[in-house]
Amino acid sequence: MTQYRVLPGPEHFLPPAAASMGIYLPNPGEAHINGVIVPEEKAYEEAARQFLMAQVPTIFPGPLVLWAWNEKAAKKAAAVRKLYEILKECVQPGQKPMLIPMPDYRPKYPKINPEVEINPNHPNLTIWHNKIDCCMFIGVHCHQANLSLKIIRGGTSCYTVAMCAQAGHEDAMLSFRDASVEKILKLGEWIRKLKGTVKPRLTTAKTSASN
Amino acid sequence: MAEIKSHIGTQNKKGQTYTDAWKMMHEAPRNPSFYTGSEVIKEALRRASCDVMIAYPITPQSEAAALIGELFAEGYIGDYFRGESEFAVMSQCAGAAFGGARVFTTTAGPGTMRAMENFPMWAGARLPIQMIVTCRGINSPLSIQPDTIEISYLLNTGMLVWHAETAQDFFDWILKGFMVSEEPEVHLPLALCCDGFFVTHTKDVVNLTPADMCLPPYDPYRSPVPCMDMECPPVRMMRDPFIMKSNYISYATHASWQQEIWAAIERSRKHTIKWINGLIDTENTDAEVVIVASGTAVSQGREAIRLLEDEGVRCGLVKVKSLRPWPGEEIREATKNAKHIFVPEFNVTGWLAKEIKATIPNSERVHAGPHVCGGMTMPPEIIVSEIKTALGLRSESLAGRGS
Repeated sequence: MTQYRVLPGPEHFLPPAAASMGIYLPNPGEAHINGVIVPEEKAYEEAARQFLMAQVPTIFPGPLVLWAWNEKAAKKAAAVRKLYEILKECVQPGQKPMLIPMPDYRPKYPKINPEVEINPNHPNLTIWHNKIDCCMFIGVHCHQANLSLKIIRGGTSCYTVAMCAQAGHEDAMLSFRDASVEKILKLGEWIRKLKGTVKPRLTTAKTSASN
Repeated sequence: MAEIKSHIGTQNKKGQTYTDAWKMMHEAPRNPSFYTGSEVIKEALRRASCDVMIAYPITPQSEAAALIGELFAEGYIGDYFRGESEFAVMSQCAGAAFGGARVFTTTAGPGTMRAMENFPMWAGARLPIQMIVTCRGINSPLSIQPDTIEISYLLNTGMLVWHAETAQDFFDWILKGFMVSEEPEVHLPLALCCDGFFVTHTKDVVNLTPADMCLPPYDPYRSPVPCMDMECPPVRMMRDPFIMKSNYISYATHASWQQEIWAAIERSRKHTIKWINGLIDTENTDAEVVIVASGTAVSQGREAIRLLEDEGVRCGLVKVKSLRPWPGEEIREATKNAKHIFVPEFNVTGWLAKEIKATIPNSERVHAGPHVCGGMTMPPEIIVSEIKTALGLRSESLAGRGS
């Protein structure tokens, strides 16, 4: 049993992949929090709590839900939009929910516009610029999501959630697997359920640059 | 998954039924057949719902590649051709896999070495290509004979690497290998190795699954990277700023990318354990003397153990089935009682012994040998002799024939 835990950073100049530190992916019906396998129900509550605690809770939808390449994707996109609307309804004054897409995986040079997009090759720039302290990836191809999650853990203090349609992500601090419209909306229900019961953090995300 | 499940129970153009892979491999009746290893590769591929097979002739895999050509002629393979060279073959395999195909190839010895640049590229691009490696000598002067040295070069490519002992392993692991390497959180190429000639050209009884059942087709939409996206890494390779720039972000992206490949190998662990029933097999590991081996060295070790038992020496056996993922914990546990660990190998460097020494405590217990190479056989008697010598028992010379 590993002692390693997947926690908000900034962790290291080059943080390890959590899988290489003995963190396992959840089985169907499970999720993980900080690398510890938990029943999925517990993860909904914790993800909702993290969103409501954050100064800038942000959803990062990726290409798999941004483009209507099949009926399921279109329905998931609508569910993501609904989740964002719920988040806006439920936060307190001073909190600033955001919805920032990861439209593709092309490295953007000379510089990404961090106000309008996030990129897997330098996701920390978007996190830093917008002072995002909790984010959720959804609809991002697994390899690119892991790339991003590791870089974010390395250089920022942002709490990361993955709503993955496949087997989940060890490199997120909290990960669901087998994401569906129902699961996205269920997270929305939990945010509504916890509305007003969670005290927002007073400070925004730390960065390795500011440390 | 829904897309895959929807195929189960339907038939392909050859009348084979797409069958749940677990049921096909574990519950379907088996038919004993007397085949060479090369014929077994063909029979496995008949059941693999393979889209594309590409190869270049090199001994000892040429026969398997030619037999798969017959499968293509019969309509079991989507496309099949001979590349211009091994390097071309592996690049063409990449192209087919980028396009969303289930891809299979076979190679050996210098061919493997010639194509080597492609293997880390496959892994980095998350292409679940299956490559059969029928190991042979690679050095000059030319040898086409069995020698497992080429496996050592594959161990750090980012590929999954399995080492089959028998033709039965080969049949089962070709089919099971697709199931492991195509898992979305794994999605890596598999080098399925065997000892050339000893396995490929030897006939054995192999229990085959029914020929009218086949694996479900590969679903490229479960891939962790987009299929054939010409604008994004990994397809867009050289013109891309993140390759060509020299700055911290570029380096960090590359580092994170490489870590992700090795993380994927770790993730393959639970699937590999499930499908091939553990990364190692063990027998009598409470003994003070244990042989740890892979490939046909396991068979020779097993025979040496039988000879030693006749002389009152009890000896355990560890068969290493998977080299990547590496069964570190399993080997530590299996060798915890051993005072002497022998690692017989068909190569000159003893790469398996080095891996084991780096894994276990008190590595002075490891006797790296006996080694043979260049096509030599490994009579069980030389393993016996090595063990008896280390234990201080009298051992007759095996080299002085004719005197």
